[in-house]
Amino acid sequence: MGDRLEPYRVLLASRMRAQMQYRASFVTDILGTVGVGLAEFAEVWVIFHNVNVLGGLDFTAALLVFALSNIAFSLADLFVGHLDRLPTYIRAGQVDSFYVRPLPLLAQLMTSDLSLRRVGRLSVALVALTVALTTADIAWSAAVVALLVVTIVSGTAIFSALFTAAGGLQFFLVDGAEFTNSFTYGGSYAAQQSQQVFPDPLRIFWTFVIPTAFVAYLPAVTILEIPGDRLAPWWLAWCTPLAAGLAWTIAGLCWRAGTRHYQGAGG
Amino acid sequence: MSTFWLLVRAGFRRHSTYRLALLAGMATNSVFGVIRASILLAALASAGTDIAGYDAPTAVAFVWWGQALLGTVNLWGFQEVNDRVRTGDIAVDFLRPVDPQLAYLAGDLGRAGINLLARGLPALAIGALLFHFAWPPGALSWASGLVSVLLAVVVAFAGSFVVNLLAFWLVEVRGIRMLYMIVGGLLSGLYLPVPWFPGWLQTIAQWSPFPSMLQNPLDILAGRVVGVDVISAVGVQVFWAVALLGLGQFVLSAGRRRLEVQGG
Repeated sequence: MGDRLEPYRVLLASRMRAQMQYRASFVTDILGTVGVGLAEFAEVWVIFHNVNVLGGLDFTAALLVFALSNIAFSLADLFVGHLDRLPTYIRAGQVDSFYVRPLPLLAQLMTSDLSLRRVGRLSVALVALTVALTTADIAWSAAVVALLVVTIVSGTAIFSALFTAAGGLQFFLVDGAEFTNSFTYGGSYAAQQSQQVFPDPLRIFWTFVIPTAFVAYLPAVTILEIPGDRLAPWWLAWCTPLAAGLAWTIAGLCWRAGTRHYQGAGG
Repeated sequence: MSTFWLLVRAGFRRHSTYRLALLAGMATNSVFGVIRASILLAALASAGTDIAGYDAPTAVAFVWWGQALLGTVNLWGFQEVNDRVRTGDIAVDFLRPVDPQLAYLAGDLGRAGINLLARGLPALAIGALLFHFAWPPGALSWASGLVSVLLAVVVAFAGSFVVNLLAFWLVEVRGIRMLYMIVGGLLSGLYLPVPWFPGWLQTIAQWSPFPSMLQNPLDILAGRVVGVDVISAVGVQVFWAVALLGLGQFVLSAGRRRLEVQGG
Protein backbone atom coordinates (compact mmCIF):
# COMPACT_ATOMS: atom_id res chain seq x y z
CA MET A 1 0.00 0.00 0.00
CA GLY A 2 2.79 2.42 0.98
CA ASP A 3 4.53 1.74 -2.30
CA ARG A 4 1.41 2.46 -4.27
CA LEU A 5 0.93 5.82 -2.58
CA GLU A 6 4.57 6.84 -2.96
CA PRO A 7 4.17 8.48 -6.42
CA TYR A 8 1.32 10.69 -5.10
CA ARG A 9 3.41 11.74 -2.11
CA VAL A 10 6.28 12.73 -4.40
CA LEU A 11 3.91 14.58 -6.76
CA LEU A 12 2.25 16.53 -3.96
CA ALA A 13 5.52 17.38 -2.27
CA SER A 14 6.91 18.76 -5.53
CA ARG A 15 3.74 20.83 -6.13
CA MET A 16 3.99 22.30 -2.64
CA ARG A 17 7.68 23.10 -2.94
CA ALA A 18 7.07 24.76 -6.29
CA GLN A 19 4.51 27.14 -4.79
CA MET A 20 6.88 28.24 -2.04
CA GLN A 21 9.64 29.19 -4.51
CA TYR A 22 8.30 32.65 -5.27
CA ARG A 23 7.87 33.85 -1.72
CA ALA A 24 6.39 37.30 -2.48
CA SER A 25 3.91 35.94 -4.99
CA PHE A 26 2.88 33.19 -2.56
CA VAL A 27 2.26 35.73 0.22
CA THR A 28 0.17 38.00 -2.06
CA ASP A 29 -1.85 34.96 -3.14
CA ILE A 30 -2.57 34.04 0.47
CA LEU A 31 -3.54 37.63 1.26
CA GLY A 32 -5.80 37.50 -1.79
CA THR A 33 -7.72 34.45 -0.57
CA VAL A 34 -7.95 35.99 2.92
CA GLY A 35 -9.54 38.97 1.13
CA VAL A 36 -12.02 36.69 -0.64
CA GLY A 37 -12.99 35.17 2.72
CA LEU A 38 -13.38 38.61 4.29
CA ALA A 39 -15.53 39.84 1.38
CA GLU A 40 -17.80 36.81 1.79
CA PHE A 41 -18.06 37.59 5.48
CA ALA A 42 -18.77 41.28 4.78
CA GLU A 43 -21.90 40.22 2.95
CA VAL A 44 -23.29 38.46 6.05
CA TRP A 45 -22.18 41.29 8.28
CA VAL A 46 -23.77 44.06 6.14
CA ILE A 47 -27.12 42.23 6.17
CA PHE A 48 -27.07 41.95 9.94
CA HIS A 49 -26.22 45.65 10.11
CA ASN A 50 -29.77 46.16 8.76
CA VAL A 51 -31.73 43.35 10.42
CA ASN A 52 -31.42 41.31 13.63
CA VAL A 53 -32.75 38.02 12.31
CA LEU A 54 -32.41 36.53 8.83
CA GLY A 55 -34.26 33.37 7.91
CA GLY A 56 -34.79 32.46 11.58
CA LEU A 57 -31.10 32.85 12.51
CA ASP A 58 -29.51 35.56 14.61
CA PHE A 59 -26.00 36.82 13.85
CA THR A 60 -24.17 34.14 15.88
CA ALA A 61 -26.14 31.34 14.25
CA ALA A 62 -25.59 32.84 10.80
CA LEU A 63 -21.90 33.08 11.60
CA LEU A 64 -21.83 29.35 12.44
CA VAL A 65 -23.53 28.51 9.12
CA PHE A 66 -21.08 30.80 7.29
CA ALA A 67 -18.09 29.20 9.05
CA LEU A 68 -19.10 25.56 8.50
CA SER A 69 -19.88 26.04 4.81
CA ASN A 70 -16.70 28.03 4.18
CA ILE A 71 -14.50 25.49 5.95
CA ALA A 72 -15.97 22.66 3.90
CA PHE A 73 -15.77 24.62 0.67
CA SER A 74 -12.19 25.82 1.11
CA LEU A 75 -11.00 22.32 2.08
CA ALA A 76 -12.68 20.85 -1.00
CA ASP A 77 -11.28 23.69 -3.10
CA LEU A 78 -7.82 22.95 -1.70
CA PHE A 79 -7.99 19.25 -2.58
CA VAL A 80 -9.93 19.14 -5.85
CA GLY A 81 -10.74 22.76 -6.82
CA HIS A 82 -8.21 22.61 -9.64
CA LEU A 83 -10.46 20.13 -11.50
CA ASP A 84 -11.96 23.44 -12.63
CA ARG A 85 -9.05 23.74 -15.01
CA LEU A 86 -10.00 20.55 -16.84
CA PRO A 87 -11.55 22.39 -19.85
CA THR A 88 -8.19 24.11 -20.43
CA TYR A 89 -6.38 20.76 -20.23
CA ILE A 90 -8.90 19.19 -22.62
CA ARG A 91 -8.60 22.02 -25.15
CA ALA A 92 -4.80 22.00 -24.99
CA GLY A 93 -4.68 18.20 -25.36
CA GLN A 94 -2.91 17.80 -22.01
CA VAL A 95 -5.38 15.20 -20.77
CA ASP A 96 -3.82 12.74 -23.19
CA SER A 97 -0.48 13.08 -21.47
CA PHE A 98 -2.14 12.15 -18.16
CA TYR A 99 -3.58 9.05 -19.83
CA VAL A 100 -0.21 7.64 -20.86
CA ARG A 101 1.05 7.61 -17.26
CA PRO A 102 0.44 4.46 -15.20
CA LEU A 103 -1.83 6.06 -12.59
CA PRO A 104 -5.62 6.59 -12.58
CA LEU A 105 -6.68 9.85 -14.28
CA LEU A 106 -8.75 11.26 -11.41
CA ALA A 107 -6.05 10.51 -8.83
CA GLN A 108 -3.46 12.20 -11.03
CA LEU A 109 -5.60 15.27 -11.60
CA MET A 110 -6.33 15.58 -7.88
CA THR A 111 -2.65 15.37 -7.00
CA SER A 112 -1.60 17.52 -9.97
CA ASP A 113 -1.95 20.54 -7.75
CA LEU A 114 -2.65 21.47 -4.14
CA SER A 115 -3.24 25.19 -4.07
CA LEU A 116 -1.84 26.12 -0.69
CA ARG A 117 -2.94 29.73 -1.21
CA ARG A 118 -6.48 28.57 -0.50
CA VAL A 119 -5.63 28.25 3.20
CA GLY A 120 -6.25 32.03 3.34
CA ARG A 121 -9.99 31.62 2.99
CA LEU A 122 -9.88 28.59 5.28
CA SER A 123 -8.28 30.61 8.06
CA VAL A 124 -11.00 33.29 7.87
CA ALA A 125 -13.59 30.51 8.19
CA LEU A 126 -11.76 28.95 11.15
CA VAL A 127 -11.71 32.30 13.00
CA ALA A 128 -15.45 32.67 12.29
CA LEU A 129 -16.06 29.15 13.63
CA THR A 130 -14.15 29.88 16.84
CA VAL A 131 -16.05 33.11 17.43
CA ALA A 132 -19.41 31.46 16.67
CA LEU A 133 -18.79 28.45 18.93
CA THR A 134 -17.59 30.56 21.86
CA THR A 135 -20.32 33.20 21.72
CA ALA A 136 -23.27 30.93 20.93
CA ASP A 137 -25.27 29.31 23.70
CA ILE A 138 -24.40 25.66 23.07
CA ALA A 139 -25.21 22.72 25.34
CA TRP A 140 -21.83 21.01 24.85
CA SER A 141 -21.84 17.23 24.78
CA ALA A 142 -20.02 14.40 23.03
CA ALA A 143 -22.81 14.37 20.46
CA VAL A 144 -22.25 18.04 19.56
CA VAL A 145 -18.50 17.53 19.08
CA ALA A 146 -19.14 14.39 17.02
CA LEU A 147 -21.66 16.22 14.87
CA LEU A 148 -19.16 19.05 14.23
CA VAL A 149 -16.48 16.60 13.10
CA VAL A 150 -18.92 14.58 10.97
CA THR A 151 -20.20 17.81 9.41
CA ILE A 152 -16.80 19.14 8.43
CA VAL A 153 -15.66 15.81 6.96
CA SER A 154 -18.93 15.14 5.12
CA GLY A 155 -19.30 18.76 4.02
CA THR A 156 -15.84 18.65 2.46
CA ALA A 157 -16.82 15.38 0.77
CA ILE A 158 -20.03 16.93 -0.60
CA PHE A 159 -18.25 19.90 -2.17
CA SER A 160 -15.48 17.62 -3.50
CA ALA A 161 -18.19 15.46 -5.08
CA LEU A 162 -19.70 18.54 -6.72
CA PHE A 163 -16.31 19.54 -8.15
CA THR A 164 -15.74 15.97 -9.42
CA ALA A 165 -19.20 15.76 -10.97
CA ALA A 166 -18.49 19.10 -12.65
CA GLY A 167 -15.18 17.70 -13.91
CA GLY A 168 -16.95 14.71 -15.46
CA LEU A 169 -19.43 16.99 -17.21
CA GLN A 170 -16.59 19.14 -18.63
CA PHE A 171 -15.79 16.36 -21.10
CA PHE A 172 -19.19 17.03 -22.68
CA LEU A 173 -19.38 20.79 -22.22
CA VAL A 174 -15.87 22.17 -22.96
CA ASP A 175 -16.93 25.68 -24.12
CA GLY A 176 -19.88 25.68 -21.76
CA ALA A 177 -17.71 24.99 -18.72
CA GLU A 178 -19.37 27.79 -16.79
CA PHE A 179 -22.60 25.74 -16.58
CA THR A 180 -21.14 23.74 -13.74
CA ASN A 181 -20.33 26.92 -11.77
CA SER A 182 -24.05 27.16 -11.11
CA PHE A 183 -23.92 24.15 -8.79
CA THR A 184 -20.31 24.31 -7.52
CA TYR A 185 -19.97 28.02 -6.70
CA GLY A 186 -23.75 28.50 -6.68
CA GLY A 187 -24.06 25.55 -4.28
CA SER A 188 -21.42 27.05 -2.04
CA TYR A 189 -23.28 30.38 -2.03
CA ALA A 190 -26.55 28.63 -1.18
CA ALA A 191 -24.89 26.58 1.58
CA GLN A 192 -23.85 29.78 3.40
CA GLN A 193 -27.45 30.92 3.84
CA SER A 194 -30.15 30.08 6.30
CA GLN A 195 -32.21 27.70 4.18
CA GLN A 196 -35.35 29.40 5.46
CA VAL A 197 -34.72 32.30 3.07
CA PHE A 198 -35.59 30.00 0.16
CA PRO A 199 -39.09 29.08 -0.98
CA ASP A 200 -39.96 25.40 -0.34
CA PRO A 201 -39.26 23.98 -3.83
CA LEU A 202 -35.83 25.56 -3.76
CA ARG A 203 -35.15 24.20 -0.25
CA ILE A 204 -36.02 20.71 -1.43
CA PHE A 205 -33.65 21.25 -4.37
CA TRP A 206 -30.75 22.33 -2.10
CA THR A 207 -31.42 19.37 0.22
CA PHE A 208 -32.19 16.42 -2.03
CA VAL A 209 -30.83 17.32 -5.47
CA ILE A 210 -27.71 19.36 -4.71
CA PRO A 211 -27.32 18.51 -1.02
CA THR A 212 -25.66 21.73 0.16
CA ALA A 213 -28.15 22.29 3.01
CA PHE A 214 -26.39 19.42 4.80
CA VAL A 215 -23.05 21.23 4.74
CA ALA A 216 -23.89 23.91 7.29
CA TYR A 217 -27.51 24.87 7.89
CA LEU A 218 -28.96 21.53 9.06
CA PRO A 219 -26.08 20.75 11.47
CA ALA A 220 -26.19 24.31 12.82
CA VAL A 221 -29.91 24.00 13.57
CA THR A 222 -29.24 20.81 15.52
CA ILE A 223 -26.16 22.12 17.36
CA LEU A 224 -27.88 25.36 18.41
CA GLU A 225 -31.22 23.57 19.02
CA ILE A 226 -33.15 26.10 16.93
CA PRO A 227 -36.81 25.06 16.85
CA GLY A 228 -39.56 25.83 14.41
CA ASP A 229 -38.31 24.73 11.02
CA ARG A 230 -40.51 21.88 9.79
CA LEU A 231 -38.17 21.09 6.88
CA ALA A 232 -35.18 20.74 9.21
CA PRO A 233 -35.92 18.12 11.89
CA TRP A 234 -32.99 17.63 14.30
CA TRP A 235 -32.15 14.09 13.10
CA LEU A 236 -31.67 15.21 9.50
CA ALA A 237 -28.27 16.69 10.44
CA TRP A 238 -27.04 13.18 11.23
CA CYS A 239 -27.83 12.13 7.64
CA THR A 240 -24.99 14.33 6.35
CA PRO A 241 -22.63 11.34 5.72
CA LEU A 242 -25.47 9.69 3.80
CA ALA A 243 -25.83 12.81 1.64
CA ALA A 244 -22.06 12.80 1.06
CA GLY A 245 -22.18 9.13 0.04
CA LEU A 246 -24.99 9.75 -2.45
CA ALA A 247 -23.22 12.82 -3.82
CA TRP A 248 -20.07 10.77 -4.40
CA THR A 249 -22.05 7.99 -6.13
CA ILE A 250 -23.43 10.52 -8.59
CA ALA A 251 -20.03 12.21 -8.94
CA GLY A 252 -18.48 8.82 -9.74
CA LEU A 253 -21.08 8.14 -12.42
CA CYS A 254 -20.53 11.60 -13.96
CA TRP A 255 -16.78 11.11 -13.99
CA ARG A 256 -17.10 7.66 -15.56
CA ALA A 257 -19.47 8.93 -18.23
CA GLY A 258 -17.13 11.81 -18.98
CA THR A 259 -13.96 9.76 -19.29
CA ARG A 260 -15.75 7.14 -21.41
CA HIS A 261 -17.03 9.89 -23.69
CA TYR A 262 -13.56 11.38 -24.13
CA GLN A 263 -12.01 10.38 -27.46
CA GLY A 264 -8.60 12.02 -27.16
CA ALA A 265 -7.30 15.22 -28.65
CA GLY A 266 -5.96 13.48 -31.75
CA GLY A 267 -2.43 14.62 -31.04
CA MET B 1 -14.53 57.13 -36.15
CA SER B 2 -15.42 54.46 -38.70
CA THR B 3 -12.37 52.47 -37.55
CA PHE B 4 -13.77 52.62 -34.01
CA TRP B 5 -17.10 51.22 -35.23
CA LEU B 6 -15.38 48.44 -37.14
CA LEU B 7 -13.51 47.46 -33.97
CA VAL B 8 -16.74 47.51 -31.94
CA ARG B 9 -18.35 45.19 -34.46
CA ALA B 10 -15.30 42.93 -34.48
CA GLY B 11 -15.48 42.65 -30.67
CA PHE B 12 -19.19 41.82 -30.93
CA ARG B 13 -18.56 39.09 -33.50
CA ARG B 14 -15.54 37.69 -31.68
CA HIS B 15 -17.49 37.12 -28.49
CA SER B 16 -20.63 35.86 -30.23
CA THR B 17 -18.68 32.84 -31.51
CA TYR B 18 -18.86 31.07 -28.16
CA ARG B 19 -22.61 30.56 -27.98
CA LEU B 20 -22.53 27.74 -25.46
CA ALA B 21 -20.36 29.88 -23.16
CA LEU B 22 -22.93 32.69 -23.34
CA LEU B 23 -25.73 30.25 -22.47
CA ALA B 24 -23.68 28.79 -19.62
CA GLY B 25 -22.96 32.25 -18.26
CA MET B 26 -26.64 33.10 -18.37
CA ALA B 27 -27.57 29.91 -16.48
CA THR B 28 -25.04 30.64 -13.72
CA ASN B 29 -26.13 34.29 -13.46
CA SER B 30 -29.71 33.08 -13.07
CA VAL B 31 -28.89 30.64 -10.26
CA PHE B 32 -27.06 33.39 -8.36
CA GLY B 33 -29.96 35.74 -9.10
CA VAL B 34 -32.45 33.34 -7.48
CA ILE B 35 -30.25 32.91 -4.37
CA ARG B 36 -29.47 36.62 -4.01
CA ALA B 37 -33.09 37.70 -4.53
CA SER B 38 -34.20 35.17 -1.88
CA ILE B 39 -31.72 36.64 0.62
CA LEU B 40 -32.73 40.25 -0.01
CA LEU B 41 -36.43 39.37 0.20
CA ALA B 42 -35.86 37.51 3.49
CA ALA B 43 -33.98 40.52 4.86
CA LEU B 44 -36.81 42.88 3.85
CA ALA B 45 -39.40 40.52 5.39
CA SER B 46 -37.38 40.43 8.60
CA ALA B 47 -37.06 44.24 8.71
CA GLY B 48 -40.79 44.60 8.04
CA THR B 49 -40.25 47.85 6.12
CA ASP B 50 -38.15 49.21 3.26
CA ILE B 51 -34.39 49.22 3.82
CA ALA B 52 -32.69 52.37 2.52
CA GLY B 53 -35.36 52.97 -0.11
CA TYR B 54 -35.60 49.38 -1.40
CA ASP B 55 -38.96 47.65 -1.16
CA ALA B 56 -39.44 44.06 -2.36
CA PRO B 57 -40.00 44.74 -6.11
CA THR B 58 -37.15 47.29 -6.21
CA ALA B 59 -34.76 44.93 -4.44
CA VAL B 60 -35.67 42.08 -6.83
CA ALA B 61 -35.15 44.39 -9.80
CA PHE B 62 -31.82 45.48 -8.32
CA VAL B 63 -30.63 41.85 -8.04
CA TRP B 64 -31.75 40.75 -11.49
CA TRP B 65 -30.51 43.80 -13.38
CA GLY B 66 -27.24 43.22 -11.52
CA GLN B 67 -27.04 39.61 -12.70
CA ALA B 68 -28.05 40.67 -16.21
CA LEU B 69 -25.34 43.33 -16.38
CA LEU B 70 -22.63 41.18 -14.77
CA GLY B 71 -21.58 39.83 -18.17
CA THR B 72 -22.02 43.20 -19.86
CA VAL B 73 -19.97 45.31 -17.48
CA ASN B 74 -16.50 43.80 -17.21
CA LEU B 75 -16.49 44.03 -13.42
CA TRP B 76 -13.88 41.29 -12.91
CA GLY B 77 -11.57 42.96 -15.39
CA PHE B 78 -9.52 41.35 -18.12
CA GLN B 79 -5.89 40.35 -18.46
CA GLU B 80 -5.28 40.52 -22.20
CA VAL B 81 -3.39 43.84 -22.04
CA ASN B 82 -1.40 42.68 -19.03
CA ASP B 83 -0.32 39.56 -20.94
CA ARG B 84 0.61 41.62 -24.00
CA VAL B 85 2.76 43.95 -21.91
CA ARG B 86 4.53 40.98 -20.37
CA THR B 87 5.19 39.21 -23.66
CA GLY B 88 6.11 42.45 -25.44
CA ASP B 89 3.22 42.14 -27.92
CA ILE B 90 2.07 45.56 -26.73
CA ALA B 91 4.79 46.98 -29.02
CA VAL B 92 2.68 45.80 -31.97
CA ASP B 93 -0.29 47.73 -30.56
CA PHE B 94 1.88 50.86 -30.43
CA LEU B 95 2.78 50.44 -34.11
CA ARG B 96 -0.86 50.46 -35.20
CA PRO B 97 -2.40 53.72 -36.41
CA VAL B 98 -5.09 53.60 -33.68
CA ASP B 99 -4.60 54.60 -30.06
CA PRO B 100 -4.31 51.31 -28.06
CA GLN B 101 -6.72 52.46 -25.36
CA LEU B 102 -9.38 53.37 -27.93
CA ALA B 103 -8.87 50.10 -29.79
CA TYR B 104 -9.32 47.99 -26.65
CA LEU B 105 -12.26 50.13 -25.53
CA ALA B 106 -13.95 49.49 -28.90
CA GLY B 107 -13.42 45.75 -28.55
CA ASP B 108 -14.83 45.83 -25.03
CA LEU B 109 -17.93 47.75 -26.13
CA GLY B 110 -18.58 45.06 -28.73
CA ARG B 111 -18.14 42.36 -26.10
CA ALA B 112 -20.55 44.24 -23.83
CA GLY B 113 -23.13 44.46 -26.62
CA ILE B 114 -23.30 40.74 -27.38
CA ASN B 115 -23.29 39.92 -23.65
CA LEU B 116 -26.19 42.29 -23.00
CA LEU B 117 -28.27 40.80 -25.80
CA ALA B 118 -27.45 37.10 -25.51
CA ARG B 119 -26.70 36.75 -21.82
CA GLY B 120 -28.22 39.69 -19.94
CA LEU B 121 -31.68 39.98 -21.44
CA PRO B 122 -32.52 36.22 -21.15
CA ALA B 123 -31.36 36.25 -17.50
CA LEU B 124 -33.57 39.29 -16.92
CA ALA B 125 -36.52 37.47 -18.52
CA ILE B 126 -36.01 34.49 -16.18
CA GLY B 127 -35.95 36.86 -13.21
CA ALA B 128 -39.14 38.56 -14.35
CA LEU B 129 -40.87 35.17 -14.74
CA LEU B 130 -39.89 33.94 -11.28
CA PHE B 131 -40.24 37.12 -9.20
CA HIS B 132 -42.44 40.18 -8.88
CA PHE B 133 -40.30 42.82 -10.47
CA ALA B 134 -40.24 46.65 -10.60
CA TRP B 135 -39.66 47.72 -14.20
CA PRO B 136 -38.10 51.13 -14.88
CA PRO B 137 -40.85 53.64 -14.00
CA GLY B 138 -40.89 55.51 -17.31
CA ALA B 139 -39.33 56.17 -20.69
CA LEU B 140 -36.91 58.60 -19.07
CA SER B 141 -35.66 55.89 -16.66
CA TRP B 142 -35.19 53.45 -19.56
CA ALA B 143 -33.26 56.00 -21.60
CA SER B 144 -31.07 57.28 -18.76
CA GLY B 145 -30.62 53.69 -17.55
CA LEU B 146 -29.20 52.64 -20.92
CA VAL B 147 -26.86 55.65 -20.99
CA SER B 148 -25.81 54.73 -17.46
CA VAL B 149 -25.11 51.11 -18.51
CA LEU B 150 -22.94 52.35 -21.38
CA LEU B 151 -21.00 54.59 -18.99
CA ALA B 152 -20.63 51.70 -16.54
CA VAL B 153 -19.04 49.58 -19.28
CA VAL B 154 -16.61 52.43 -20.05
CA VAL B 155 -15.70 53.05 -16.37
CA ALA B 156 -15.14 49.32 -15.69
CA PHE B 157 -13.00 49.04 -18.83
CA ALA B 158 -10.95 52.14 -18.01
CA GLY B 159 -10.29 50.98 -14.43
CA SER B 160 -9.19 47.50 -15.45
CA PHE B 161 -7.06 48.96 -18.26
CA VAL B 162 -5.04 50.99 -15.74
CA VAL B 163 -4.58 47.90 -13.54
CA ASN B 164 -3.41 45.91 -16.58
CA LEU B 165 -0.87 48.58 -17.50
CA LEU B 166 0.82 48.28 -14.12
CA ALA B 167 2.54 45.30 -15.74
CA PHE B 168 4.97 47.85 -17.24
CA TRP B 169 6.47 48.25 -13.77
CA LEU B 170 5.56 45.03 -11.93
CA VAL B 171 6.41 41.51 -12.98
CA GLU B 172 3.30 39.94 -11.51
CA VAL B 173 0.03 41.90 -11.46
CA ARG B 174 -2.11 38.97 -10.29
CA GLY B 175 -2.18 40.05 -6.64
CA ILE B 176 -3.28 43.58 -7.54
CA ARG B 177 -5.88 42.28 -9.97
CA MET B 178 -7.25 40.02 -7.25
CA LEU B 179 -7.42 42.91 -4.77
CA TYR B 180 -9.17 45.02 -7.41
CA MET B 181 -11.71 42.22 -7.98
CA ILE B 182 -12.45 41.71 -4.29
CA VAL B 183 -12.79 45.41 -3.43
CA GLY B 184 -14.64 46.08 -6.68
CA GLY B 185 -17.12 43.24 -6.16
CA LEU B 186 -18.04 44.50 -2.73
CA LEU B 187 -18.07 48.28 -3.36
CA SER B 188 -19.83 48.12 -6.75
CA GLY B 189 -23.01 46.85 -5.11
CA LEU B 190 -22.90 43.41 -6.73
CA TYR B 191 -23.49 41.49 -3.49
CA LEU B 192 -25.67 43.99 -1.64
CA PRO B 193 -26.84 47.52 -2.43
CA VAL B 194 -24.32 50.16 -1.33
CA PRO B 195 -26.99 52.13 0.64
CA TRP B 196 -27.29 49.08 2.95
CA PHE B 197 -23.66 49.46 4.05
CA PRO B 198 -22.77 51.00 7.42
CA GLY B 199 -21.95 54.72 7.11
CA TRP B 200 -18.16 54.54 6.95
CA LEU B 201 -18.15 51.80 4.31
CA GLN B 202 -20.69 53.76 2.26
CA THR B 203 -18.38 56.79 2.38
CA ILE B 204 -15.45 54.71 1.12
CA ALA B 205 -17.63 53.30 -1.67
CA GLN B 206 -18.87 56.73 -2.71
CA TRP B 207 -15.33 58.07 -3.06
CA SER B 208 -14.34 55.10 -5.25
CA PRO B 209 -15.18 54.53 -8.92
CA PHE B 210 -16.82 51.15 -8.21
CA PRO B 211 -20.47 52.23 -7.69
CA SER B 212 -20.25 53.85 -11.15
CA MET B 213 -19.66 50.37 -12.57
CA LEU B 214 -22.90 48.80 -11.30
CA GLN B 215 -24.75 50.47 -8.42
CA ASN B 216 -25.68 53.65 -10.37
CA PRO B 217 -27.23 51.98 -13.44
CA LEU B 218 -28.99 49.43 -11.20
CA ASP B 219 -30.55 52.19 -9.09
CA ILE B 220 -31.81 54.01 -12.18
CA LEU B 221 -33.19 50.83 -13.80
CA ALA B 222 -34.78 49.58 -10.57
CA GLY B 223 -36.45 52.96 -10.14
CA ARG B 224 -34.90 53.82 -6.79
CA VAL B 225 -33.16 56.86 -8.23
CA VAL B 226 -35.53 59.09 -10.23
CA GLY B 227 -35.92 62.70 -11.29
CA VAL B 228 -33.08 65.14 -10.63
CA ASP B 229 -31.05 62.47 -8.78
CA VAL B 230 -30.58 60.65 -12.10
CA ILE B 231 -28.52 63.59 -13.35
CA SER B 232 -26.10 63.40 -10.42
CA ALA B 233 -25.85 59.57 -10.67
CA VAL B 234 -24.97 59.82 -14.37
CA GLY B 235 -22.77 62.86 -13.74
CA VAL B 236 -20.61 60.92 -11.28
CA GLN B 237 -20.22 58.19 -13.90
CA VAL B 238 -19.15 60.72 -16.54
CA PHE B 239 -16.58 62.09 -14.09
CA TRP B 240 -15.09 58.64 -13.42
CA ALA B 241 -15.14 57.68 -17.11
CA VAL B 242 -13.18 60.82 -18.03
CA ALA B 243 -10.85 60.57 -15.03
CA LEU B 244 -9.99 56.89 -15.52
CA LEU B 245 -9.61 57.15 -19.29
CA GLY B 246 -7.31 60.14 -18.72
CA LEU B 247 -5.31 58.22 -16.12
CA GLY B 248 -5.07 55.34 -18.60
CA GLN B 249 -3.64 57.65 -21.27
CA PHE B 250 -1.11 59.03 -18.78
CA VAL B 251 0.00 55.57 -17.60
CA LEU B 252 0.12 54.33 -21.19
CA SER B 253 2.49 57.09 -22.32
CA ALA B 254 4.64 56.68 -19.18
CA GLY B 255 4.85 52.94 -19.80
CA ARG B 256 5.61 53.49 -23.47
CA ARG B 257 8.72 55.45 -22.57
CA ARG B 258 9.79 52.69 -20.23
CA LEU B 259 9.04 49.78 -22.52
CA GLU B 260 11.97 47.87 -23.82
CA VAL B 261 11.34 44.87 -26.06
CA GLN B 262 14.16 42.51 -26.81
CA GLY B 263 14.74 40.90 -30.14
CA GLY B 264 13.73 41.70 -33.69
